[in-house]
Amino acid sequence: MTISNSRPITPELIAAHGLKPDEYERILSLIGREPTFTELGIFSAMWNEHCSYKSSKRWLRTLPTTGPRVIQGPGENAGVVDIDDGDCVVFKMESHNHPSYIEPYQGAATGVGGILRDVFTMGARPIAAMNALRFGAPDHPKTRHLVSGVVAGVGGYGNSFGVPTVGGEVEFDPRYNGNILVNAFAAGLARTDGIFYSKAEGVGLPVVYLGAKTGRDGVGGATMASAEFDESIEEKRPTVQVGDPFTEKCLLEACLELMQTGAVIAIQDMGAAGLTCSAVEMGAKGDLGIELNLDLVPVREERMTAYEMMLSESQERMLMVLRPEKEKEAEAIFHKWGLDFAIVGHTTDDLRFRVLHQGEEVANLPIKELGDEAPEYDRPWREPGKPAPLPASLVAEPNDYGLALLKLVGSPNQSSRRWVYEQYDTLIQGNSLQIPGGDAGVVRVEGHPTKALAFSSDVTPRYVEADPFEGGKQAVAECWRNITATGAEPLAATDNLNFGNPEKPDIMGQFVKAIEGIGAACRALDFPIVSGNVSLYNETNGLAILPTPTIAGVGLLPDWAAMARIGTANEGDQVVLIGGDGSHLGQSVYLRDVLGIVDGPAPVVDLADERRNGDFVRSAIRNGQISACHDISSGGLAVALAEMVMASGKGMSISLADCTGPAHALLFGEDQARYVVIVPADLANFVCASAEGAAVPFRRLGTVGGTGLVVDDLLALSIEQLRGAHESWFPAFMDGSSNAAAAAE
Amino acid sequence: MKAAVVQLPGLNRDRDMIAALTKIGGKAPVTVWQTETEIPDSVDLIVIPGGFSYGDYLRCGAIAARMPVMQAIKAKAEAGVKVLGVCNGFQILLEAGLLPGALMRNASLKFVCKEIKLEVANAETDFTRAYSQGQILRCPVAHHDGNFFADAETLARIEGNGQVVFRYAEGTNPNGSLNDIAGVINEKGNVLGMMPHPENLIEAAHGGSDGRGLFASALEVIAA
Repeated sequence: MTISNSRPITPELIAAHGLKPDEYERILSLIGREPTFTELGIFSAMWNEHCSYKSSKRWLRTLPTTGPRVIQGPGENAGVVDIDDGDCVVFKMESHNHPSYIEPYQGAATGVGGILRDVFTMGARPIAAMNALRFGAPDHPKTRHLVSGVVAGVGGYGNSFGVPTVGGEVEFDPRYNGNILVNAFAAGLARTDGIFYSKAEGVGLPVVYLGAKTGRDGVGGATMASAEFDESIEEKRPTVQVGDPFTEKCLLEACLELMQTGAVIAIQDMGAAGLTCSAVEMGAKGDLGIELNLDLVPVREERMTAYEMMLSESQERMLMVLRPEKEKEAEAIFHKWGLDFAIVGHTTDDLRFRVLHQGEEVANLPIKELGDEAPEYDRPWREPGKPAPLPASLVAEPNDYGLALLKLVGSPNQSSRRWVYEQYDTLIQGNSLQIPGGDAGVVRVEGHPTKALAFSSDVTPRYVEADPFEGGKQAVAECWRNITATGAEPLAATDNLNFGNPEKPDIMGQFVKAIEGIGAACRALDFPIVSGNVSLYNETNGLAILPTPTIAGVGLLPDWAAMARIGTANEGDQVVLIGGDGSHLGQSVYLRDVLGIVDGPAPVVDLADERRNGDFVRSAIRNGQISACHDISSGGLAVALAEMVMASGKGMSISLADCTGPAHALLFGEDQARYVVIVPADLANFVCASAEGAAVPFRRLGTVGGTGLVVDDLLALSIEQLRGAHESWFPAFMDGSSNAAAAAE
Repeated sequence: MKAAVVQLPGLNRDRDMIAALTKIGGKAPVTVWQTETEIPDSVDLIVIPGGFSYGDYLRCGAIAARMPVMQAIKAKAEAGVKVLGVCNGFQILLEAGLLPGALMRNASLKFVCKEIKLEVANAETDFTRAYSQGQILRCPVAHHDGNFFADAETLARIEGNGQVVFRYAEGTNPNGSLNDIAGVINEKGNVLGMMPHPENLIEAAHGGSDGRGLFASALEVIAA
């Protein structure tokens, strides 16, 4: 395929590039002439939703992004947060939804690769990864294939690269049947005085291409990710990139080695829209022009056109501006690691983005305008309606509380994710203190005797669907709570906002209100958003996904010796509920998975309660007063207790006698700002008195001991019964040995 | 004792291994890059760590086994220097012909990372003296291709010679290995390959220290 640069620009060609007629008019007025074919491709790459955030920018600006520990907020490859002693944590979450649906293994693998690159581009060595995955109904014909491919792809890339996967989410819902979500998070460690940015500085300096060669894979990927799906989806397979974790591992080592030499002035990884986006970003940020000569770009395919080279999304590539005197040293490092190193251009002072190919100037565009003058929309939006209240008195009790709890812990969404996380290397680097299966993943900070970082990724899409504002708040609060439940201080978060088509006012309304909720919670909890990504157009044949604003947060443990886990209860310890009694059954998994009803409002998050209760729990953990801790989320108190029993292998004897309200609401209500803490018997009075003093609601529920979970005369389940139900669903589903429809009935 | 850790592109548990050797041996090992053709004479223990050398492309360990440094390792092994290969390191030693058998894709066809139980099947080797015969250890595994196989004759020979040093125990075989074999040693007793990762279970932060004995034995720093 050879496409001439002089191909005529027709309305069809413009539409095929995802550019609207008014956007094309804007291009004409910006450059004062008709663009060349390559230039049209460049505009399409820079101005699509994925790269320009044109529908979301206006709302993203409302989020809190600063704080005493924030070194770098949104706008760079990743956010940077101070963790004392000259150390900082660099992190971001990013979606790879559209490619993963088309080609699950490579889509997920390159999602992981892309986010790792964002982190080490800034000079940080990746130390932890997480993945928030959402799939369609278990009985949908594509689901098993997608789960199997995505999990293998995430593992295939992360394991080979060598980063521990310490957390994440896996959920099923029919609303993801046509659009799965793959949100990949990575965090790295750097020194605060050793962070690298994408802003180029200095005129006439070499622009260097590093890493893997450029091929035709992924041409037009970012534009594909900015459109809805329909039946033609199979034709989109060539827009998915192919990952090579081995090259990425080499690229990591080479980049970190090179950064040590002081040769790097600016660095930008080639992600979405590859060479185009990275070059424009480096130049525009530094108020410099960039001239690229494509004849010097290392390629792995013959007769690539300028258009293809500029839009290729081949993986494992970097662009740098280097100090010329260090060129030889830099080249030697890259050759040692078997990577390409080519000077492909230089910085200029004319603020133009010029691209040369085979003696021809194929593009000459104003560099600032390419980025800054991208269209920005204030899309019309409609205030979402609110479901009518659903008091617990209107919700049926289960016929059998024991069977109801077994059904929940063995349901597609609450069952153990062991089948998934045992395919991820959770231990590599030797610093993992908590692996998946608890509230948050925890890794210690290498080189420091006591510090550790906690990571959690959360969102409850059914809440966001019912009430985008409360759901947005809840995603932040649950992340904050999971981090708190380890004893860590939540520092900052990254958001990955997955929604449908923003051109529909209802979808835009979900987006606007969810951001409002996220912002309110982040402000109340001092939990700023330092990086993130927006994925819109997650729709197939007009049906949108559940609104899914994933929040991934990072917390700091000054001393991991004083960390809490969920499974470390001792015989005779006291079980204490922190927070109010369960009462809210609207949008609960009890309602959905036991009664088969989706109804009612989402639980309200009282941010003052959240903060007060969380601060109390954290300080009790740090003072060594807690032997185990777990947050209460989907499934309510009953599921939280069952998970603690399964994790510790020790039973609990629980009484709800002191609580008020119907038993099913006490056990399964999904009220927020709550934890179960396990307290040594001799400290129980003290901890409860402290709670009272801090105006934190609490209930003494019972004692650790026995061979199962016993709640009054409502239910008595052995540890084996609970584990049997909890551990069996996922493997049976993936083997095809259980009928998923029966399991989900 | 002086240890060396071999580094090849794609190996990724080298940092874990260096940390373990440093913490247990009291001093940092030297590192040896793949293109080096000589290993210092002062080195008495050469370790090839885990990872995905050359991406495991072609076949696990196949490309690494043909790099220049392997000639130097072979010479040292012949001279009696201790060589330990863990995970990808084990695969590389097999591909280099320094150990008998082969490692196939896990029976589940999936990567597996979890803690298993390991029986010390031979506590008389230079790598296992700190353990007792038949001792059951906790140890993590993390691999995609750890399914040990050997033809009947080889299997009978290595079993007969006591060359099987570690076995998966208590029904925890994670990969389908014949005879639950998790680690084998050469006839001379100075080259050990094993799939599990003792370097990831050596301190309180790891939740246990069952892996220390292997390094304490190999580094000859067994506590009295």
